[in-house]
Amino acid sequence: MSANTFERHHEEQVSHATPTGWRRWLFATNHKDIGTLYLIFAIVGGFLGGAMSILMRMELQEPGIQIFNHLAEIVNGASPETAIDAAKNLYNVTITTHGLIMIFFSVMPALIGGFGNWFVPLMIGAPDMAFPRMNNMSFWLLVASLTLAVTSLFVEGAPGMMGFGGGWVLYPPLSSNTGHPGPAMDFLILSIHLAGASSILGAINFITTIFNMRAPGMTLHKMPLFAWSILVTAFLLVLTLPVLAGAITMLLTDRNFGTTFFDPSGGGDPLLFQHLFWFFGHPEVYIMILPGFGIISHVISTFSRKPIFGYLGMAYAMVAIGIVGLVVWAHHMYTVGMSLDTQRYFTFATMVIAVPTGIKIFSWIATMWGGSIAFRPPMLWAIGFVFVFTIGGVTGVVLANAGADRAFHETYYVVAHFHYVLSIGAVFSIFAGFYYWFPKMTGYMYNETIAKAHFWVIFVSINLTFFPQHFLGLAGMPRRYIDYPDAFTLWNRISSFGAYLSGIGAILFIYVIYDAFAKKRLAGNNPWGPGATTLEWTVSSPPPFHTFETLPIIGSSEH
Amino acid sequence: MRFARSAAHRIERFGEGLLPLSFGLAALFPGVALADGYPEPGQIGFQEAVTPIAQELQFFHNWILLPIITAICLFVLGLLIYVIFRFNEKANPVPAQISHHSGLEVAWTVMPVMILVVIAIPSFRLLTHQLTIPPADITMKATGKQWYWTYTYPKDQGGGFEFDSEMIQAADLKPGDIRQLSVDNEAVVPVGKVVLVQVTAADVLHSFTVPSFGIRIDATPGRLTETWFKAEREGIYYGQCSKICGKDHSDMPIAIRVVSEEKYEAWLAEASKKFALKDTAPVHFAANGASGVKQ
Repeated sequence: MSANTFERHHEEQVSHATPTGWRRWLFATNHKDIGTLYLIFAIVGGFLGGAMSILMRMELQEPGIQIFNHLAEIVNGASPETAIDAAKNLYNVTITTHGLIMIFFSVMPALIGGFGNWFVPLMIGAPDMAFPRMNNMSFWLLVASLTLAVTSLFVEGAPGMMGFGGGWVLYPPLSSNTGHPGPAMDFLILSIHLAGASSILGAINFITTIFNMRAPGMTLHKMPLFAWSILVTAFLLVLTLPVLAGAITMLLTDRNFGTTFFDPSGGGDPLLFQHLFWFFGHPEVYIMILPGFGIISHVISTFSRKPIFGYLGMAYAMVAIGIVGLVVWAHHMYTVGMSLDTQRYFTFATMVIAVPTGIKIFSWIATMWGGSIAFRPPMLWAIGFVFVFTIGGVTGVVLANAGADRAFHETYYVVAHFHYVLSIGAVFSIFAGFYYWFPKMTGYMYNETIAKAHFWVIFVSINLTFFPQHFLGLAGMPRRYIDYPDAFTLWNRISSFGAYLSGIGAILFIYVIYDAFAKKRLAGNNPWGPGATTLEWTVSSPPPFHTFETLPIIGSSEH
Repeated sequence: MRFARSAAHRIERFGEGLLPLSFGLAALFPGVALADGYPEPGQIGFQEAVTPIAQELQFFHNWILLPIITAICLFVLGLLIYVIFRFNEKANPVPAQISHHSGLEVAWTVMPVMILVVIAIPSFRLLTHQLTIPPADITMKATGKQWYWTYTYPKDQGGGFEFDSEMIQAADLKPGDIRQLSVDNEAVVPVGKVVLVQVTAADVLHSFTVPSFGIRIDATPGRLTETWFKAEREGIYYGQCSKICGKDHSDMPIAIRVVSEEKYEAWLAEASKKFALKDTAPVHFAANGASGVKQ
């Protein structure tokens, strides 16, 4: 490209007026606007999924069925005679949808689409993402996907019932014509296809951006850890989502076109689906937590006013978690009847993941060690994250042992474990990131006292919700149960009270946002002081519509 | 009624004077199980182990895994609390700038590896014991169906019948029954014998689980999976379906009555007559190829 065309091209770019009104959002190609859309989407998804979890906890507060029968009368138009059956189905539909919404429409959009879009280009000194229009498509596919998922709730699934109630794992034959002959499952399959396509496009975009658009001087080994975490996550997405897409396509043809991939009467095998699903499903949990690792590293380093301890170890620990995470999937399937050697291998491989995870935990603590820690709201979430993630991590080590998992598989122990790492871990990292970058994204400072209150309410409530579930699991209570033997009442009740308290926390969160926009306290370019060293703190708050039109040059000491 | 029965068991086991103590201990040690075959109100540990496998599993969890993970959590919590008080901005206004220490990084890589080895040795031993099935004295088959279990007893060991085992609805409970756990027809096995359980499903996935036996194995259409147990004490041991299977997933418990050899023989004779009609009935799962894959 000659200098002349470059200039002309450049002029065209800057002469673009900032789009306004609905065009700015529907046709968005700006990484910050798309990031904002993703964040709003994730908050909406989080409240939807959260409302469902409150409903489930209301039902489980007491043995017997007393909430969902009324809910089924309202939602599904069940008569009082059919209400109990409809309630049982609706409960299963609710746990399924809660899981899918929280994963695909809340945690992933917040961490990858939201913070990833906003801050990967800013952190690596790139003017935007590599494929801005594809970025737009990624977001709007997700909206279409959510629409299909919600539609699925209101069409027939199991005979005479609405929605798909087979758990987010979608195992056939419950998800095939045997269990759910109605179109609800087809809607869900297409919804997941779109969500998957959205994520694959997003992942390609991140990989291309990070490999090709880093500012001069920013080698991979100087790149901020959040960008590293998104890079590893993007690779996991590209490697595993096509497998899920294949599996659900096979399910779709089993359902509609007479194939028998998962049907033993035609030579298929339900276990094939489980293997394919978990080949995606296990890396998926790292997809949800790795960006959180990146955020936590930034927050801890910033508020300790120290560079992150063992930067290279931290980066390669994430790479190691990603790689090992790809070969441990069948630890979700210890009870299907796998051979002794297979179970030995998956036990061994799964335990290996504890090592890089331990490196991360200790490196975060070492980063704080010797630091000058300011307990601002993002830092509270980050310290809380280190603690709750440790709890979720060690119960993961317990579950890694096939021998012990025999007692815990499909019990509330597993529910407690994955909510400690995801509902608490990943969500804490989202809030840490939100409070860390909110002043940057909006230009406004929030009320730190209320933000801290938000943290404490959530910290207490969420531990109250999930810690007793370990006891239920040990005592043998299976998950995905609408009704349980009366002996399980006590801990279920306490768990439910915790969930209600977390609902108050969610209201506080909304108030913090409202208050920040109402009071309009200006945040300044860098509200966090000398600890905040990454590039996003060098631009104004909020950043101009186009940033880094002149590329920054990275010195030798920064990363 | 339930309480009376469980209390009686407890007194048998702990002696009358120890009853309050056993409550207190249970609160302190999640490992101490009080229940027997079914969960107790407020329970925070396992149900009582009555097979060698369950005992080994519970020992592995209660005395190896639980102490290790508790120590790790307390260690991390201790470090966090120390850092919070020692290195906050008031106590330590000028941050150090150290960001590498190879010795430390090697240490916190090697230490977890060693802890994992300590866990792995009993873990692999337990796994081997679980999956190496000894010669069976009794074979029975459990077929998961929406939403009940069918138990089949082979002819060559005095059976040759099958029967359905359905949950007793809340309205039909009799004194001594347990809501959500009691069934109309329990599976019956003799005490102290190796029982091989073959498991399959007729429609969707189910999972055959008995916490007191330390067993859990999925029921998959087209597959015949197997597990085993050797119950060392008589009693009724309950479990619940552990793989989501549709509307009544929570309403298909598993109940196994362990009885003496004589009572078992008597039950076999009685059941052969009672369930004889079903002998000629077509077996549902055969259509799905019950002779299918076996690992």
